[in-house]
Amino acid sequence: MTERKRPKLAVWKFSSCDGCQLTMLDCEDELLALTEEVRISYFLEATRKIEKGPYDISLVEGSITTPHDVKAIREVRKQSRALITIGACATAGGIQALRNFKNVKDFIRCVYAHPEYIDTLTTSTAVSDHVPVDFELRGCPISKHQLLEVMNAFLNGRKPNVPKHSECIECKANGIVCRMVAAGTPCLGPVTQAGCGSLCPGKDRGCFGCFGPMETPNTAALAARLGELGQSQRDLQRLFRSFNANAEAFRKESETHG
Amino acid sequence: MAETRTIKVEALARVEGEGSLHVKIRDGQIKELHFGIFEPPRFFEAFLRGRDFREVPDITARICGICPIAYLMGASQAMEDALGITVTRPIRDLRRLIYCGEWIESHALHVYMLHAPDFLGLSDALELAAVNRPLVENALRLKKVGNEILETIGGRAIHPIGLKVGGFYKLPTRKALRALEDELKWALETSVATARLVGGFDFPDIQQDYNFMALRHPDEYAIHEGRLVTSAGLDIPVSKFLDHVDEEHVPWSNALHGVAKDGSAHHVGPLARYNLNYDKLSATALAAARDGKLGPVVRNPFQSIVVRAVELVQVCEDALKLVRDYEVPDRAYVETPVRAGEGHGCTEAPRGICYHRYRVDKEGTVQDARIVPPTAQNQKVIELDLSKVVAANLNESDDTIKWKAEQAIRNYDPCISCATHFLKLEMDRG
Repeated sequence: MTERKRPKLAVWKFSSCDGCQLTMLDCEDELLALTEEVRISYFLEATRKIEKGPYDISLVEGSITTPHDVKAIREVRKQSRALITIGACATAGGIQALRNFKNVKDFIRCVYAHPEYIDTLTTSTAVSDHVPVDFELRGCPISKHQLLEVMNAFLNGRKPNVPKHSECIECKANGIVCRMVAAGTPCLGPVTQAGCGSLCPGKDRGCFGCFGPMETPNTAALAARLGELGQSQRDLQRLFRSFNANAEAFRKESETHG
Repeated sequence: MAETRTIKVEALARVEGEGSLHVKIRDGQIKELHFGIFEPPRFFEAFLRGRDFREVPDITARICGICPIAYLMGASQAMEDALGITVTRPIRDLRRLIYCGEWIESHALHVYMLHAPDFLGLSDALELAAVNRPLVENALRLKKVGNEILETIGGRAIHPIGLKVGGFYKLPTRKALRALEDELKWALETSVATARLVGGFDFPDIQQDYNFMALRHPDEYAIHEGRLVTSAGLDIPVSKFLDHVDEEHVPWSNALHGVAKDGSAHHVGPLARYNLNYDKLSATALAAARDGKLGPVVRNPFQSIVVRAVELVQVCEDALKLVRDYEVPDRAYVETPVRAGEGHGCTEAPRGICYHRYRVDKEGTVQDARIVPPTAQNQKVIELDLSKVVAANLNESDDTIKWKAEQAIRNYDPCISCATHFLKLEMDRG
């Protein structure tokens, strides 16, 4: 009996915390079923077995921060039929993109005794700044339900059902009382893409933008309202400069404060 | 005639992050051995400067997706120390419970998915599933129990959002925690069986004379509170950590090497905790240790897999008790006054002590940050272990040496994203 031909899956890592690829292993109820549908050909966090490309689907975690990364991501693109970025690092540069607003040489001196040993770029950027990307999955970290949906969609040749509307819609759908209206809590929900499941408002805290900007966000209007609620210019800059600091809408808004 | 040989492991598998190993052999002797971490630097300590102290736990969590609690909690405790506040007993208990969740999730992942395949001659847990599917299903269920604790208290398993300086944003209901009880009972039984199973593996005969360092607490197996002790007799408060540990920057690694001030290596993680806190293990955990063929002293790094299983027993039992005893406290958090100060925090991440120190100004803005993660501290002892393992296998092929070296590194469950990244083996036999 010959083995059924399964699409080949590769999981790649650039600068990141490993949390988004761990999300795959966190699919405890689905992992074994998933591996019956795809063949894991490259996934260093899970296996020492390495199969050569090309790969049908590549999941890419992490941002591009070194000259080596720039070359490696081009090679990954060349070897991949579909390239999907997973998480805020791969999709927007991640928290380490805070270096983009500062002098990276000062950063190196701050952490390392011998700056000459460190080979890094002055910026941390999204994968799509370097190669074409077939789908960008948001989140810091990504949601496992959305990961399974995207895998399912690509395996079946359909468009992933991942909404681009704001977190506010998700809160309403989940029947969660608006923190900003009811308690005056600063919240990025109105400009952040849905997908986490209203986690922060559900725990009585404001959204801090893990999933990055929604489609067509009105960040200026939100910033004005947050100012009325007592947020200083510096607070506003910090709020827009976190895990998705280098996503265009958040970056531009952050540059008008501080 | 001089014979030289170089062995390189380019990218180490089944560890968290990216690392490499370079070995140079001349005339049957190891001339050079470097365990390198090439995970690109992310500069957390630099960009934390200028942030508000309340943002630091969530930001530092992003150092590691496998042990975010170690960062959320270490940073929170350091800030509480700087502000001069102490959390209430129910908050510290709930913190211990969520930390048990992280240990269960991380240890189950490492024992079954990352480490056990080595002892069975398999490439990964999927190959293991092909020969024993129920075993891997149990491993995943065990891991899920840990994640469910994280989700119930923290909102999600990776980078939970429910914790803050001073405590929690919102407390779980009694019902929500009690719902975990049955699965935890199952997890405890499964952990006991795990210790018996992995205790039966074959271990290379290596005994190392480590200087262990771990937290120690008078009343419990220390996880998130205690004093720092070593097997050499050091016994200090967490705030004195940097008086005794330094960080070296070596050319082959993007992770600073944590070493004692005199340049000697110390060992952190499960083996250190077990040896230093054996008398604090519960009766059930001690029985599991005996089942796993462990005595009170374990100096074989390969047996760390058994120690992790014993620790699984300990934390499943602790979590079960904390869940049963939980009553919703009056308050979710202690107020945080804004004032200038310096504070220290240190907890036992699943892979060893993780230290934080911050200085904040009177507006609560971070002026200075210092974080010493566990894998940074273990780099030097990993190199010492590798020297022994490679020396004992010099007559083997490069492939065999590579696999043995990888196993020696995986003994530490290294978290390379934390230490900054991991295994390229580069073996130069000339």
